[in-house]
Order: sequence, then C-alpha cells, then structure tokens
Amino acid sequence: MSEVPSELKFMSSHEWVLVEDNIATIGVTDHAQELLGDLVYVELPEIGSAVAAGDSVGVIESVKAASDTYAPVSGEVVEVNTDLEGAPERINHDPYGDGWMYKLAMEDPEEAEDLLDAEAYAEAIADEE
Amino acid sequence: MGNKTPLYQCHLDAGARMVDFAGWDMPINYGSQIAEHEAVRSDAGMFDVSHMTVVDVNGAAAKAYLRHLLANDVAKLTLPGKALYSCMLNEQGGVIDDLIVYYLRDNHYRVVINSATRDKDLEWLERQSQGYPDLGVKFRGDVALLAVQGPNARDRVIGLFEAYQQEALRRLARFQAAEFDDCFVARTGYTGEDGFEIMMLAEHLPELWGRLLAAGVVPCGLGARDTLRLEAGMNLYGSDMDETTSPLVSGLGWTLAMSDDRDFIGKQALQAEQAAGLRQSFVGLLLLDKGVLRNHLRVVTPQGDGEITSGSYSPSLQRSIAMARVPAGAEGLVEVEVRNKMLKAEIVKLPFVREGKSMLNTGGNNK
Repeated sequence: MSEVPSELKFMSSHEWVLVEDNIATIGVTDHAQELLGDLVYVELPEIGSAVAAGDSVGVIESVKAASDTYAPVSGEVVEVNTDLEGAPERINHDPYGDGWMYKLAMEDPEEAEDLLDAEAYAEAIADEE
Repeated sequence: MGNKTPLYQCHLDAGARMVDFAGWDMPINYGSQIAEHEAVRSDAGMFDVSHMTVVDVNGAAAKAYLRHLLANDVAKLTLPGKALYSCMLNEQGGVIDDLIVYYLRDNHYRVVINSATRDKDLEWLERQSQGYPDLGVKFRGDVALLAVQGPNARDRVIGLFEAYQQEALRRLARFQAAEFDDCFVARTGYTGEDGFEIMMLAEHLPELWGRLLAAGVVPCGLGARDTLRLEAGMNLYGSDMDETTSPLVSGLGWTLAMSDDRDFIGKQALQAEQAAGLRQSFVGLLLLDKGVLRNHLRVVTPQGDGEITSGSYSPSLQRSIAMARVPAGAEGLVEVEVRNKMLKAEIVKLPFVREGKSMLNTGGNNK
C-alpha cells in the first residue's frame, strides 16, 4: 500500500500539495513513483513563472515512461528543488520529503480546499488498482 | 487474469510488481529495475523467461526443414548442444520472429521463440513442415526457462550441481548447451553478460529459483531485461523489427547466411533488396542533451527523417540511449524530436555496453 499523508491535499493525477501560509510545496505521490518506477529525469518549472491550477508545468520520466505533472493550485514559482536534477531518484526514496519538486506563492490560499483530501485520494488510487 | 508461469508465486514472494506481457502475468520489477540492472552487470541476476516458447523439432528431415525455414544456417551446427541465433522470415523478407535454435544431436533440434508471437509462429512452423516426411514439430508447454546472467552467474549456477556435472558446466563454451537428466543448460542469454539459460520441466523450476535466491542471485524483471538488452545492442521483436522490416535494415545482416546456394524463405526478397541498395541503416543513438529517448520518436538527419525503434535510459552509462532506423549515410550528430523540442543526439556503433564495460569511443564491436 502506498503512503498517503493526511496533512496533504491531492490531485487525481497524483500530485500532492502542502500549504503553509500562502506557500504551496508540490510533488508527486508515493503511488505515482511506484507506478512509474525508477525516475531518471525531472523537468521543473522556471522560477518566476506564473502557473494556473491544472497547467502542465513539467515532466518526470522513469526508465519506463514519461509523465506530465500538473499544478494543483495557481501562483508564481518561487523555488525549485534543484537537487532533483542530479538525483531524480529522491522522488522514489522520499516523495513527500526530499523529493519535493517546486514551491508556489499562491494567489488564493483557499484554492487548495477544492483538491482531494487524503481519504478521497486513497480511495481514488484503491479504485485504480 | 493472464497466463502464469511456474514461478508466479516465487515472484509475488520476492515482492514483484506484476504486469501483463502478451497475455502473461510477469514481473516488471521487484522494487528497482535500475538496481536489478546493476546486479546483472556487476554480479548475478535471474529472469523468468518461461513465457517464451520452446519447440522441439525431430526427425530425419529436421535439418532440411530448418535450413529452409531459417535465414541463418543450422548446417553450421555440428557440435551437439551448439546454439545459433536466427531470424525466421516471410517470403517478403520481413521478420516473423527472431529465435535461438540448439542442435541437440542428429535429427534433434530445439527452437526457442518469443511469447507474443507464439500463435502465429506455431502456425507458420506447422505450415512450413508440410512436405517433410516424418517430421515432428512439438510445442513443449511442459518446459520452463530461467536466465541467470552476470559476471558471477555461471559460478552461482555451477555451485548447485553435482561434482561430476560441475566440470562439464565449467567447460561449456559460449553458445553451447549441455543436458543433464531433465535439465538443459545453455551458455546463452540476452543481456550482454556471460551466464546460462536453463530449461527444465516446469514443476522443478521453483526449487531451482529458491536455491539460486539463497545463493545470492538477484531476481530481475522485464524492466531490467529491456535496458540490459538495449545496452547490449540486442533487438526486441515487435519494436526493432517485425514482418514489415527486413533483417538488412534492422541491424541483423550478420545473422543471414546468404553466400551459398541454400534456398530459404525470404532469400529472394533479401537479394533483391540488396541489389537495389539499402535505403536505411540501423544505428545506435546516444542522447547528448537531457531527457529520455523513447520508441517511435522522429530522428532528424541531413539525409532525411528516421525513427527510434527502442529508446530508454541506460543505467550503466547514466544517459539515454536508443536504437533507430535512419536514412542510409546518416552519421555523426542528429536531432530527435521530444515533446516539440529538438534534442541533440549522436549516432554511435552498437553495442553500447558489453560485459559490464562501456563500448562508447571504442569504435564499437561487430558482435
């Protein structure tokens, strides 16, 4: 069973978001990294770029497949996890910690309320399997 | 629910992630396909290849039948147990399948073909057998296969055999097989590493798996099998060649025995193709930019467009590699279109890796 931390919000496309004040930290879920297998390449958004909820903002690629990643909320990219460039496997080892991908300064901190909570996401991935 | 090999429960016990492969429930990995890949390059790994199809060909006409059926020549096989890699072609020179044929003894051959092509292959084998008297073409559903590959693979396997058998296994030359009771051991494989492929009655295979596991051999899934064979420059049927492509434009010219007057299915078409001049060549690609090359991506060269037939990530080289069919004459730097971006790649000689070593900048190896 993949891990689904209760303090996070989720998209059905397997991104997670942690909102602290108006900063959203975003990554992909444990379930996503399990599906993809060993990750070998991560393309992150550029710092300063503006993204809207639902935008495709990057790509993660495993040995097996490439997968687009989507912005769960809207905002400006204020930080990206540059460590992933040389070590994309951090997403496999620690998807909710060292494997975080980027941070957004949110326009509307309440936007995350519309996303799936842990229980709903756990149900969604259980249906998938 | 797909077909299950005799090792199905062993895979689950080893923590496999199972996927459907041509109607079979097969392990894609047991956690990390990169770790499995590295185990084969540096130590020893094992692959369940029981989904592949074993066919025994027996009878006084067996040799004549196989000489007509296959593009490589089984007449080369004079030592019992010797193996040969060959394509089986249609009349148009397209590849119906690639396979390994073992010469067991007079009038007895064993052919190992792919799983995804099983039904059409068996039908073709049967159809082509008409007119050969007393020829037995028998599908061996009772036989299962395990490939044990890597620099330490042979030692691990040999250690499990009786003392009197160990000596024979140690002396076994490359592409040579030996039979002990119901166990058939061949020094073959599809990873670019040394090792054995072992065939035995299905009910005995789980015990061998368990003993190899205890001896430290790492279970490896289809994911690692794919990156290993790609690094080794070995073709995957259905991706790198199929019924519409000839061996001449699939990097398989070296498997064709064309020079004597033997007639085989597809020979005329190949001769015509050669006489007209080959318009494409089959090459290795090394990605210079960041990203990952994938099957079917467009390759842009000064001579025109080509296509990637197999692309992935090379764990040994830690960069992306591919095999591609490109216009004849293309060489050096090319571009590959990845998600609307043009990435730089270099045409290189195959293979990329052989026996744990990078072959880049060594001028390649002619297999």
